[in-house]
Amino acid sequence: MREVMAEAENPVMLYSIGKDSSVMLHLAMKAFYPSKPPFPLLHVDTTWKFREMIEFRDRRAAELGVDLIVHINQEGVSEGVGPFSHGSAVHTDIMKTQSLKQALDKYKFDAAFGGARRDEEKSRAKERIFSFRNPQHRWDPKNQRPELWHLYNGRVRAGESMRVFPLSNWTDLDIWQYIYQENIPIVPLYYAQSRPVVERDGMLIMVDDDRIPLEAGEVPEEKVVRFRTLGCYPLTGAIESRADNLATIIEEMLVARTSEREGRAIDKDGSASMEKKKQEGYF
Amino acid sequence: MNSTGSPADIEGYLEDQASKTTLRFLTCGSVDDGKSTLIGRLLYDSKLIFEDQLAALEADSRRQGTQGGEIDLALLVDGLAAEREQGITIDVAYRFFATDKRKFVVADTPGHEQYTRNMATGASNAEAAIILIDARKGVLTQTRRHSYIVSLFGIKEVVLAINKMDLVDYDEKVFARIVDEYRHFAAGLGLTITNIPMSALNGANVMGGSDLMPWYDGPSLLEWLETVDVSGGLDEDPFRMPVQWVNRPNLDFRGFSGTIASGRVEPGLEVQLLPSGARSRVARVVTFDGDLPTAGPGEAVTIVLEDEVDASRGEVICAADDPIDTSDQLAVHILWMDEHELYPGRQYYLKTATKTVPCVVTELKHKINVNTMEHQPARRLELNEVGVGNLSLSDRVAFTRYGNNRELGSFILMDRQSFATVGVGLFDFSLRRAENVVWQALTVDKFSRSEIKHQKPCVIWLTGLSGSGKSTIANVLENRLHDLHRHTYVLDGDNVRHGLNRDLGFTEADRVENIRRVGETAKLMVDAGLITIVSFISPYVTERRMVRDLLEDGEFIEVFVDTPLEICEQRDPKGLYRKARAGEIKNFTGIGSEYQAPENPEYVLSTVDQTAEESAEQLLKFLADRDIVQR
Ligand SMILES: Nc1nc2c(ncn2[C@@H]2O[C@H](COP(=O)(O)OP(=O)(O)OP(=O)(O)O)[C@@H](O)[C@H]2O)c(=O)[nH]1
Ligand SMILES: [Mg+2]
Repeated sequence: MREVMAEAENPVMLYSIGKDSSVMLHLAMKAFYPSKPPFPLLHVDTTWKFREMIEFRDRRAAELGVDLIVHINQEGVSEGVGPFSHGSAVHTDIMKTQSLKQALDKYKFDAAFGGARRDEEKSRAKERIFSFRNPQHRWDPKNQRPELWHLYNGRVRAGESMRVFPLSNWTDLDIWQYIYQENIPIVPLYYAQSRPVVERDGMLIMVDDDRIPLEAGEVPEEKVVRFRTLGCYPLTGAIESRADNLATIIEEMLVARTSEREGRAIDKDGSASMEKKKQEGYF
Repeated sequence: MNSTGSPADIEGYLEDQASKTTLRFLTCGSVDDGKSTLIGRLLYDSKLIFEDQLAALEADSRRQGTQGGEIDLALLVDGLAAEREQGITIDVAYRFFATDKRKFVVADTPGHEQYTRNMATGASNAEAAIILIDARKGVLTQTRRHSYIVSLFGIKEVVLAINKMDLVDYDEKVFARIVDEYRHFAAGLGLTITNIPMSALNGANVMGGSDLMPWYDGPSLLEWLETVDVSGGLDEDPFRMPVQWVNRPNLDFRGFSGTIASGRVEPGLEVQLLPSGARSRVARVVTFDGDLPTAGPGEAVTIVLEDEVDASRGEVICAADDPIDTSDQLAVHILWMDEHELYPGRQYYLKTATKTVPCVVTELKHKINVNTMEHQPARRLELNEVGVGNLSLSDRVAFTRYGNNRELGSFILMDRQSFATVGVGLFDFSLRRAENVVWQALTVDKFSRSEIKHQKPCVIWLTGLSGSGKSTIANVLENRLHDLHRHTYVLDGDNVRHGLNRDLGFTEADRVENIRRVGETAKLMVDAGLITIVSFISPYVTERRMVRDLLEDGEFIEVFVDTPLEICEQRDPKGLYRKARAGEIKNFTGIGSEYQAPENPEYVLSTVDQTAEESAEQLLKFLADRDIVQR
């Protein structure tokens, strides 16, 4: 993080409100102490996030005294883009990927921190910690800068940029372990609690507001559930669980038989889908 | 683990986890020797594959696998579409697994020669290496190349994995022959080698022993990985911490943030900062979780010194009784990573630890033939070649021999236009003697010289075509500054060419040297505390950048005197354009020779509709806004 600060002109931290972002932000507080992190946080709001995420975001930014930029793709909003009307792929592309590019262009950020980890997905396992993007924000997996020792090359020309992943070599277990040790606040949705859910394509979807179309006569069911990963509520599956504290979450994780990204609709279309999205500018 | 999730159990578990050591290793060797399959096997057998990932793997194996529909473990690691289509590894993948004894970070690297640079990326942070060999093929060129890079990068602990034993009937003689051949080759590489016969495909000798090879009584791969000792002893080395960032939240706090490269630090330690030479004593070792009584290698801390020392990023804070060497002339090993060859004489940026400086490869001594380890004469280095040569840096850097410390002994080379990483290298030794003489910080420095003049020294660099108005504007500006009691000097193209640079003509090489000398002169004037106005055509982007790099951040103010060629030609105050058009002057900028306009100048003056006085006035206002002069 300090290397980015020293080399970039205008860095920003992508803050997705999830547990990885919480860890990344905590690390930033440490890295620059006693200074505050010398860059703003950017949240690309798709307008479909869980309400508890938004509350948490605003509260944390205020508590820590860091600048928060919230960007919403207004064109998408005025066209009424959403996961129910347009499907997950179109929604994610317009409200997340395109919106992110808009924000990066608007503020002319030349380096953006992201909380992605190499253990999440097989194309991420191939990505550098300092990941070069051309002026169209594209990642070229076949032409990555060699990254040796701890010598990070963060230099770019005007219009080009860097995505930087400080948590690259952390595993899921490392994240939870660190949250536990350092007592890092996370969104309550990670803890089990009774919540209204409906079933969609085999996933338990929480009824977070009344934009979710219910079938005639369908009544949301109250179930004790929690989330292993957070995103847009209509695209994020809950799991039935009784884990309502960190110790039990970690225990549950240790015996889990499925990976955490399984709860994300977006990762399922085709096995090369993440690589393709990343090439197009997705985080 | 079968706990009930009570905090005590979890705490115990987490403590176990935290106390485990981490081993970083890589797999390497020739194409198709089974590296990715082996890692897939390790992940699979250590139960790190989730059900949904397994289902995806089965489907992928049917579609893209090399195992006739059976599970192809390499697909767990080969994550890029192009890799899966071609059945080869292209770029390094980092994967993670753990056993009861250790955590592991493994870099799976490509065997193809074309992607050797990605193998080197994987090797740079590894503490141990698994070099695979296909039992049917024996030692190949890539086996040798990778072994050489492993040894060059200071990895000592190596497993020679003779793989695919299933395809040679688990024959001990085949194993013995390859072991022998490799031992012969690797004799001079300084590696500690453990030979293991295995089958990544069926797992023999990977996690545990195997009935298939009763003649082998050594460790399985995992047993070796769990026990190999790679502790480096960095703790006992003298203290060194490169300054990454100067931490200044307010006027009362000034600390130097960095990650400790070697040794230990505690309050009271006498330190020296190099290359500047300043000395002080550690007052505090600050972290978010409170001040530390002591800190060691790998810890990220912020050091507060007892004295107000003016240090910046790139300095290395060292134990004063055992300071680090500094030099600007170094003998090095280089591994070239770019399609465009390295030629001696070209300029690059060099980054080592936290310092970046322009450099030039002054001499290439030889390159290394990876098959024979022979030194061969070389005039250039091609992609993936290793050579030995000398570097000249534009500034002194703190360094150690790579063998002593990886963080302080390694560097990367960047292209000056695209900033791409084109090569990497290791420092061997300084070409200047007496590096250890203690370098005293000068007491009267740039800051004190400019302080008594009440100004910030800088270079105002006017670039533009001949006849664009540079000299006129420079003179008016100097007059105005003089009226304001500023201390100034003007370096003008014509004046300097009559004296200092009278031996230079107008060829490309001479133009470059012309600017270099003017740049160095301007730098001396800035050091003397002067506001220096330079009016030079200076047509090339790279040369102007060279001058910018000579100076500190904010000192170089590039002003583009933007007068179109037609207007300059109409004005033609010295009749030069007329002569150039008539062919009497060769290489005249704008006619026979190119002018490269600045991409990001600090200021652009359009002179078409305004007088030189108005232009100078604009500049003055700009300088005032930048706090260089007060009005
Ligand atoms: N019979 C047999 N086949 C193996 C063994 N290990 C690997 N293979 C096969 O050898 C082929 C190449 O394996 P990979 O793991 O892709 O080889 P690699 O060394 O990673 O290749 P690159 O990364 O492209 O250099 C695949 O078809 C594997 O299934 C083994 O122990 N026995
Ligand atoms: Mg491979």
